[in-house]
Amino acid sequence: MLTRLIATATPIALVLSSSALAAPSPSDWQAVLDEARGQTVYWHAWGGDSRVNDYIGWVDRQMRERFDVEVTQVKLDDTSAAVSRVLAEKSAGNLDDGSVDLIWINGENFAAMREADLLFGPFNEQLPNFALTHPEHNPEVVTDFTLPTQGYESPWGKAQITFYHDSDQVPEPPRDIRALLEWAEANPGRFTYPRIPDFTGSTFLKQVLIALSDDPEALYSPVAESDFDDVTAPLWDYLDALHPHLWRSGRQFPGSGPEMRSLMADGELDLAFTFTPSEPAAAVADFELPPSTRSFVLEGGTLGNVHFVAIPFNSPHMAGAMAVANFLLSPEAQAHKQSLEVWGDRSVLDLTRLDETSREHFASPEENPSLLPAGALGQTLQEPHPSWMNALQDAWQTRYVGQ
Amino acid sequence: MPRMPLGLVPPLIVLLLVGPLLAGLIMALLPAFGYLPALGGESFSLAPWRALFDQPGIWRSAMLSLASGLVTTAVSLGIVLLFLASVSGTWLDKLIQRLVSPLLALPHAAAAFGLAFLIAPSGLLARLASPGLTGWERPPDLLIVQDPWGLSLMAGLIIKEIPFLLLMSLAALPQIEPARRVAMARSLGYRPTVAWLKVVVPALYPLIRLPVLAVIAFASSVVDVAMILGPTLPPTLAVSILTWFGDPDLSRRFMASAGAILQLGVTLAALLAWWGLECLVRRLGRRWIERGGRRAGDAPLRLAGKSLILLATLSAFVGLGGLALTSVAGFWRFPSALPDSLTWLHWQRALPSLGGPVLSSTIIAVVATLIATLLAVAALEKEQRRGRTASRALWLLYLPLIVPQVAFLFGLAVVTESLGVTPTHGLVIFGHLLFVLPYVFLSLSEAYRRLDPRWSQVALSLGVTRGSTFRRVRLPMLLAPLLTAMAVGMAVSIGQYLPTQLLGAGRISTVTTEAVALASGGNRRVIGVWAMLQACLPLAGFVMAVGLPRLIWSHRRGMQGSP
Repeated sequence: MLTRLIATATPIALVLSSSALAAPSPSDWQAVLDEARGQTVYWHAWGGDSRVNDYIGWVDRQMRERFDVEVTQVKLDDTSAAVSRVLAEKSAGNLDDGSVDLIWINGENFAAMREADLLFGPFNEQLPNFALTHPEHNPEVVTDFTLPTQGYESPWGKAQITFYHDSDQVPEPPRDIRALLEWAEANPGRFTYPRIPDFTGSTFLKQVLIALSDDPEALYSPVAESDFDDVTAPLWDYLDALHPHLWRSGRQFPGSGPEMRSLMADGELDLAFTFTPSEPAAAVADFELPPSTRSFVLEGGTLGNVHFVAIPFNSPHMAGAMAVANFLLSPEAQAHKQSLEVWGDRSVLDLTRLDETSREHFASPEENPSLLPAGALGQTLQEPHPSWMNALQDAWQTRYVGQ
Repeated sequence: MPRMPLGLVPPLIVLLLVGPLLAGLIMALLPAFGYLPALGGESFSLAPWRALFDQPGIWRSAMLSLASGLVTTAVSLGIVLLFLASVSGTWLDKLIQRLVSPLLALPHAAAAFGLAFLIAPSGLLARLASPGLTGWERPPDLLIVQDPWGLSLMAGLIIKEIPFLLLMSLAALPQIEPARRVAMARSLGYRPTVAWLKVVVPALYPLIRLPVLAVIAFASSVVDVAMILGPTLPPTLAVSILTWFGDPDLSRRFMASAGAILQLGVTLAALLAWWGLECLVRRLGRRWIERGGRRAGDAPLRLAGKSLILLATLSAFVGLGGLALTSVAGFWRFPSALPDSLTWLHWQRALPSLGGPVLSSTIIAVVATLIATLLAVAALEKEQRRGRTASRALWLLYLPLIVPQVAFLFGLAVVTESLGVTPTHGLVIFGHLLFVLPYVFLSLSEAYRRLDPRWSQVALSLGVTRGSTFRRVRLPMLLAPLLTAMAVGMAVSIGQYLPTQLLGAGRISTVTTEAVALASGGNRRVIGVWAMLQACLPLAGFVMAVGLPRLIWSHRRGMQGSP
């Protein structure tokens, strides 16, 4: 008996002493909260939207008040900067005192970090609030671009491609990918998409590919398993036909989704899209877009995904980071985030399964003409395997850069 | 005053600047040849270079960087020299000089945002002219900003480099007594502008050669301006490198490192090409001078000098004004020349998050500038006491201005990481020092070396010690140039993005990092708010640099210095 105990204990002790020395176990939640007390969590998050930044500021105030945890947002212009930093730390041999405690992440960044073994986990399935997402009925909260999250990241919001237009300029926008091409031919220079490798722009490529491909199933397994040229041929035919009718005749593209919004605001574009369904309505409130702005989703659905928070393997404040991840999943934090005055990012909680008191936090949907009509987000296309993202980006650049 | 510490200053400076630079370069060189154990690169190979040269448009990127380095420098230097040649002391000349100086304090990114908003098809100029003059009800579909040839990028850089080269020239001019040279030429029948170009420029150029080389290096490797105004398909080399370093596909870091080394090569090639141009211009110039033409072209040259510099300066100011207006704009649709309404909403929203970054920026800029000034003064004072020979090694001081930031900063971040230095304000200040010190030295050295040594000799012969002479005679007399150099240092520090972001692990947020992060959100009103802030902070430094001597020496007119 004793020898068996030692035999099992030794490898565990080895594991503990090698990598996860200070990592608290999320199964003892009270111990996590005790350890988190007094910690400062450096949360690396894209800082391009002052509304998102304000929400993270609210999270900071709540965490201080309730758990004595300070949250400092490290504002990034691109999430991959945080990935690079953790990598630089690992390459320098910094294994337990990293500078990143929490990252707002998903998709290819998550895949890259998992592959390079840069994340702490599994942790999220043991967060007390995680059960509220009912993962067994909502597989998207444990799946990130077809990859199972395996507990290495915790969901906190939902995004979906949403188109928007000025209804005074364009009363009848195109409703699917094929109609979009016809519309662009009839309205040259009034549509574009963000320059690859931008996230939103790359998603547009995937959206087109899913709509036109004869074999969309192939997109959900690694790209190496299918004939890339064959599968993507309809996409390139489409883009070759589309580009001459785009803004600047396709010789230049906006750098990002927000830059595209800025072009809408300047009246250079008539039709644009975003990954944040509430963004057009928020931009109307900020005087950026005209009140006649309307949102819609393509027929047959658009790509959508869940965004997550993850903890790097060398974070010195894992307990604090887990406390934040758990708080982000609380009905109160999710409801606050979903409110249009705050951010308008959709909740990952399963509202149908929340109890009465939790559901009360979520106000009934507001009436706003610039917002999507209720139920419009019903059809969500799942993200392809992350390897497609890189392959599509490389192919696009080879085709259209430096021509 | 003890002698030893002063003697140690030049080696200390060199160690402080060259050490990190070399370390950073080595950490770029190793991965460029496939060696980076943390990523599984255990052996040396040429694979990163092959990957680099397989990148679509890589040669175009490199050529763009090269061209923007050379064209920017040639045009800004040309404009500055033409303007100086045309100066005749009129109110317009004084006004132009007074307008140009504060532009030195304007961060590059703010100037670039301003210019972008000015010249875009939906920008301020198009709005002012539409629909009345142009008939445009909607913005025209014209490729102006971020054009594939990099013209708007070069324009943005020229606007910012003119003030730098102008101030450097103004500082160097008294040494060569331009008035007497021109008087001599005038007596031989030369028209004033032609005279200046023929007798002053050949003597002036060697004195401003170093700042000119710094401009070439900067313009061929700049990141922030190129991101705002530069071409995109492909972008300039420095921007591509930055994208690769940030790519979530971590294996791209090998290629990015190779790119960093290529950037170093491109910058060196630009410097080399400039050297070739110098030889050419020298030969052609000599022929032009020897031909003895006295009046041909005087009026057009003068007109060009004044109008070009005025155009550049006004563009900067109007662009900045446009940004200020957007920061308080309500709904503002094309082609309205003015916003439909004004609102403080964007400022109010920024207000709660202003304090931290403004404070950080100020602390970092003040401390880095104080250290830099202390070191620069100590080195110059040592040189002064030894006689006039400048320490040869101090040339190394300018290395950080010549070696592109993207080439060594990523490597430096890895080095500081492996030394276990935690990212703090201290580390960021150290990083800023790499760039602040050369600029402070550059701005201060001429004035310091030029100060008549007889003032100290008189003091010494009156029995005052060397230390006391320094404190009571030289320092007060040098107050105005000292403060100007400090203002330059602060402006340089406040504008730094990459060193702050990389060495501070993103935790140190300054007005510049904040501005860049928010700029990625594309909200022009928010960008307007932060660009204004970014511009105001260093401007405060310049106002103090001009105002303080007047305040302190309000009873001694000769000590107030020239603005």
